[in-house]
Amino acid sequence: MAILVNRESRVICQGITGRNGTFHSIACRDYGTNMVGGVTPGKKGTFVDGIPVFNTVEEAVLETGANVSLIFIPAAHAKDPILEAVDAGIKVIVCITEGIPPLDTASALYTVKQKGSVLIGPNTPGIISPTEKCKVGIMPGYIHTPGPVGVISRSGTLTYEVVDQLTKAGMGQSTCLGLGGDPVVGLSFVDCLKMFKDDPKTEAVVLIGEIGGSAEEQASEYIKGEFRKPVVAYVAGKLAPPGKRMGHAGAIISGGSGTAQGKIEALTRAGVTVVENLTKVGQAVRDILL
Amino acid sequence: MNLHEFQSKSILMEKGVSVPRGLVVYDALEALVAARSLKADKIVLKAQAHSGGRGKAGGISVMSIDDDVRSEAGRILRMNLVTNQTGPQGKPVSALLVEEAPQIDEELYLGVVLDRNDGHVTVMASPAGGMDIETIAKESPEKIYLVKVDPLRGLCPFQSRGLAYKLASKNLIANQIAKAVTALYEIFVSYDCTLAEINPLVVSGEKVLALDAKINLDDHALFRRPEMAGLRDRSQEDPVELSARQAGLSYIKLDGDIGCMVNGAGLAMATLDLISIHGGAPANFLDVGGGASEQVVADATNILLDDTRVKVVFINIFGGILRCDVLARGVIRAIKERGLQLPVIARIEGTNIELGRKLFADSGLQIQMIPSLDEAAELVVVKAKELSAS
Repeated sequence: MAILVNRESRVICQGITGRNGTFHSIACRDYGTNMVGGVTPGKKGTFVDGIPVFNTVEEAVLETGANVSLIFIPAAHAKDPILEAVDAGIKVIVCITEGIPPLDTASALYTVKQKGSVLIGPNTPGIISPTEKCKVGIMPGYIHTPGPVGVISRSGTLTYEVVDQLTKAGMGQSTCLGLGGDPVVGLSFVDCLKMFKDDPKTEAVVLIGEIGGSAEEQASEYIKGEFRKPVVAYVAGKLAPPGKRMGHAGAIISGGSGTAQGKIEALTRAGVTVVENLTKVGQAVRDILL
Repeated sequence: MNLHEFQSKSILMEKGVSVPRGLVVYDALEALVAARSLKADKIVLKAQAHSGGRGKAGGISVMSIDDDVRSEAGRILRMNLVTNQTGPQGKPVSALLVEEAPQIDEELYLGVVLDRNDGHVTVMASPAGGMDIETIAKESPEKIYLVKVDPLRGLCPFQSRGLAYKLASKNLIANQIAKAVTALYEIFVSYDCTLAEINPLVVSGEKVLALDAKINLDDHALFRRPEMAGLRDRSQEDPVELSARQAGLSYIKLDGDIGCMVNGAGLAMATLDLISIHGGAPANFLDVGGGASEQVVADATNILLDDTRVKVVFINIFGGILRCDVLARGVIRAIKERGLQLPVIARIEGTNIELGRKLFADSGLQIQMIPSLDEAAELVVVKAKELSAS
């Protein structure tokens, strides 16, 4: 088991004939993902390294039974493909694109939620379930290994860093996913914690937060009330000056809220093991699980 | 992208919101002429700079027309405005707004933001205007009224009226407030703002006026409004941050002496934290991005080496899409072109790591490769301390 994506996932890529779409569709398939098709308007009947291309998501779903979509569409046009995926009945939508205008994301997300689909991202590295050999994203697959640790993060490379530590410490992963670095994103920490709670293969969760917003504080409330599996957390951005966007559009301290210190305190109060030194996360998980 | 007060007010005026009569000027004599032409008993001179807290910092003066407007205008225009938001380096004053100072009976607050927790555009209103919304939220949260806007319906007239009646009992005033609420919401959505705020919105006799306004646009949506590009005031931005952005890099200046180059925003923030845990102080945040090219890496290296405050350079890369060999080529090229004066410590991991290590080893450059991130950070701090002691 794992959350959201697994062996049964039938994945398509929207934007498969673009440079990134082609590269990562093939990399995902190489990892073990069941890549059943791709969508690029006007390219029906062609193939990307054997993966069939369709004109519309609706068509791709009818022909292949796809239920997960990986989106690589430039930011200015990315709202439409999210809505197209929702209308075609795709249940898990992973949007890698960075820099989508937040109002576009917000309006697409409204429909996603109404129709009961799930949006991961935008501006996410995606999701990977090593136990299920399924990767829907741009993360380097080889650093992952199957195991009992769930990883949820707001950052890409920071996740790779932590996963690499976990793997080297002998702590494999059930599912790792990036929520996305934008101010408005689909899944939240709380959404993911609820799923990890019900996943028997996940024994502990690593939560990687950063400055901006209040997703970590909300996670703290939920953990305090209902989450009984051990949680190890790291929060990036203690040195971030207020009012500056630290690379991610969503990583900004505004009006004194969203500071790393506030998040660390909230998580600590909820009984989470907060690690201040990034390089000690893997060891902290090992200490708890072994 | 932030707009000046006078730019924000002109957008409000186009949408039918009243603002005090005023003129924008760029020198002291112009200011005097403008003040006289307003034919008002009291006028106000307002420094135009991208920061709140201008009044406390001495950037706003209320004067009588008989006072020495010219010298006061000159003083403000020459100011380097240091407020609680600018940091110690301050901001230059780009222009001066000369306005009539209206009678103020009440000060209200109106603001529109995108609530990142639920993805709803949210209109905020309060009768406690004049102070910032964070302060109102802290001191009297019961005085903030919120409307969450359904993205499919937009803000409905009854919602604007509902807020207006909470702020005013007189119909004449409430109607004007409702109009301002609708206008501010429409501006927020049609210009893709990160913030649209009128604070304070003042009741002045029978009129409602936007006394101060702040409109910030989302850089990611500027492609929809190419005409707004001309409103960008580069003098308000840090020159290094500006040139970094043009090179496709995300750079933020800090006050330490360790130059940092990292890929990915989260890892870049974590690297700063790690340096601080070991007792050091980073000179900057620099994210070269997930898929940086050799050229972008070379540009990033040059930005670090151009910074005279930097004593040690720390490169921390976890290659995913960015391959370690591409990184190595970019760094080596930049350093060879200018010669290496500073110690460079690199911790590199991920895609094509062997090739990257080999390129550094064969380059003949004195770049110290430390595989452990924690040890690398520790060493960087020790080096920086040695060099500032000597």
